[in-house]
Amino acid sequence: MEATQVEQKYSFDVVRWFSIAAVVYLVVGTLVGVYVASELAWPWLNMDSPYLSFGRLRPLHTNAVIFAFGGCALMATAYYSVQRTCGVRLFSDALGWFTFWGWNVIIVLAVITLPLGFTSGKEYAELEWPVDILIAVVWLSFSFNFIMTVAKRKTSHIYVSNWFFMGMMVMITYLHVVNSLAIPVTLFKSYSIFSGVQDAMIQWWWGHNAVGFYLTAGFLGIMYYFVPKQAGRPVFSYRLSVLHFWALMFGYVWLGAHHLQYTALPDWTGSLGAAVSLAMIIPSWGGAINGMMTLSGAWDKLRDDYILRFLIMSLAFYAMSTFEGPVMSSKTVNALSHYTDWTVGHVHSGALGWVVMVAAGALYHLVQKLWNTEMYSAKLVNLHFWMATIGAVVYITAMWVSGIMQGLMWRDYDEFGTLTYTFAESVAAMHPYYAMRAIGGMIFWAGAVVMLYNVVMTVRKAPATSTVRAAAARA
Amino acid sequence: MADQIHSTKLQDKAERNVFLMFVMLLVLLSVGGLVEIVPLFFLKDTMEHNQHPEVMWDRKPGQTLADWKAGDGVRPYTALELAGRDIYRREGCYTCHSQMIRPFRDEKERYGHYSLASESMYDHPFQWGSKRTGPDLARVGGKYSDAWHERHLRAPRSVVPESVMPNYPWLEENKLDGAFVASMMRGMKTIGVPYEESDIAGAAAAVEGKTEMQAVIAFLQVLGTMVKFDENTNYRE
Repeated sequence: MEATQVEQKYSFDVVRWFSIAAVVYLVVGTLVGVYVASELAWPWLNMDSPYLSFGRLRPLHTNAVIFAFGGCALMATAYYSVQRTCGVRLFSDALGWFTFWGWNVIIVLAVITLPLGFTSGKEYAELEWPVDILIAVVWLSFSFNFIMTVAKRKTSHIYVSNWFFMGMMVMITYLHVVNSLAIPVTLFKSYSIFSGVQDAMIQWWWGHNAVGFYLTAGFLGIMYYFVPKQAGRPVFSYRLSVLHFWALMFGYVWLGAHHLQYTALPDWTGSLGAAVSLAMIIPSWGGAINGMMTLSGAWDKLRDDYILRFLIMSLAFYAMSTFEGPVMSSKTVNALSHYTDWTVGHVHSGALGWVVMVAAGALYHLVQKLWNTEMYSAKLVNLHFWMATIGAVVYITAMWVSGIMQGLMWRDYDEFGTLTYTFAESVAAMHPYYAMRAIGGMIFWAGAVVMLYNVVMTVRKAPATSTVRAAAARA
Repeated sequence: MADQIHSTKLQDKAERNVFLMFVMLLVLLSVGGLVEIVPLFFLKDTMEHNQHPEVMWDRKPGQTLADWKAGDGVRPYTALELAGRDIYRREGCYTCHSQMIRPFRDEKERYGHYSLASESMYDHPFQWGSKRTGPDLARVGGKYSDAWHERHLRAPRSVVPESVMPNYPWLEENKLDGAFVASMMRGMKTIGVPYEESDIAGAAAAVEGKTEMQAVIAFLQVLGTMVKFDENTNYRE
């Protein structure tokens, strides 16, 4: 089909805007991350300012990377792949634009309210109740638009990437609505209606499934469309995708409890969460194998297709961190790793290695398709690939060392049977690793800047006429 | 091609009908949460005070929150402590400090008796935390003097040179708003925290002229002091 026909058939403008927004938010979100990481290494960076203090900026970092970057990447790829795999235009262009502007209003509100200290006090769900309501409305309109597009498809069967996107939509709706239930006191203050142990379980049911569904199921949806497309080969195994899809959907929901082992949560709940966590390695690796083996017989493509490198490296990180996760949820390891930097390292091996890498691969692919052109510079794609890989590895390694060291120092006894180290000594021992982590983050962030530059230059030289191009040309 | 079934009949049906797949997901995705969360609201042994009523404060008619003494049992926070808890939450202290001691020898020696579920039953939201960039605070109450806390919050490295905690100089500049603290308590009462009308009526007077610094310190000083533990009792059976 000619580019102009494709343009007329599908609604791509909203996808273009989401794609550009995702790249911009990646740069912004990781920059805030680098700043808060630096605050832990060099505390003077807190500047005695409430608005720059770690406790307020850290939620801004997590919200920016998860909701701003992750959300825009998911919405760009979901809106694009659902149209291509169903052979129809979006159910509603207007609803598409509503989700774009609605989501961005949410992001602006987060940037304003979090540094001001308006927070619900629940991790990864810090935004206060009016913003929570807006998130629910926009998320439901996104889901509705997506599902109705699938409903009017031209193909007989629903393609596998769309199953994963739908699973994410249903579960995130459940999680967000239940976890955010609160009684408002003022416009920007509310109290969770749950307390103590029940609140903790609900929070981690949300917390782990924000990872499990938003950052895993959703991004597996991305993987299932973009890996075969970029590789030019069909998915390795249909049967494997059916099996690991339903196993992942059923199993992931149970994992949250492993965040609360040995706490005041009853033992049965924590142990149940840990047991299911161990089993989850099977469906997780099912996805990783299915993605990687799609390249079976065409591994030589990795030599010169830098975009494919991102996608395959992301699956390697995915396999690694979904092995690490079950290990950390086993009781013996958890007793050591809980409360330490190891958890932070684990999250980032998933976030930097899997989520950002697979999204970057998909976004590069998208930019070329949407603007009907090649990337401005393939060399810069490769440069970004190496910066992202090296930055992520430096970050993760620093956190492994510091996390395990912390855990061991806290429980260490001398020959007289007294604790060897004070807590402050363990803090001092972390300094070199906190500095190393900040440097790893900086390398990763600089890679994202390279990506933004490359994407902007690609859009500027692209021949297509579109709203984003017009806006970029004016800028 | 399109008529051939490559998996099971049910899978094939779901792949042809988006609404069927949607309903299957709705059901499947609700299971884990229902099994793990709902029983926590009903199983009696989730909360230790069902077996050990002495961990709760037995408030007699006419008693005020000021009549409570350390060790008398779990009670709702006073107006000043609640204001301090909200500042703790506003500043994101939970991003670096846990309030949940696990039943290990080193944690007992470092922080004190393991935490009970009943101890955070009035905590909306819970503040157990997930990370110890700084030490656990579940039993920090009474460990340091008010003067130490004041210095520490103003400039942590002046008392703990290794610390990476931010300075909080603005806490001593900001005054509390009595009417606001009363509305916070009213909100808490709506969701089940047993405040009496007299507690709320006295809130404004209790925080009159107090700074945010004083509120945070009041909150820190009550943490972990409510329950008097018996070393020979196993609270988690």
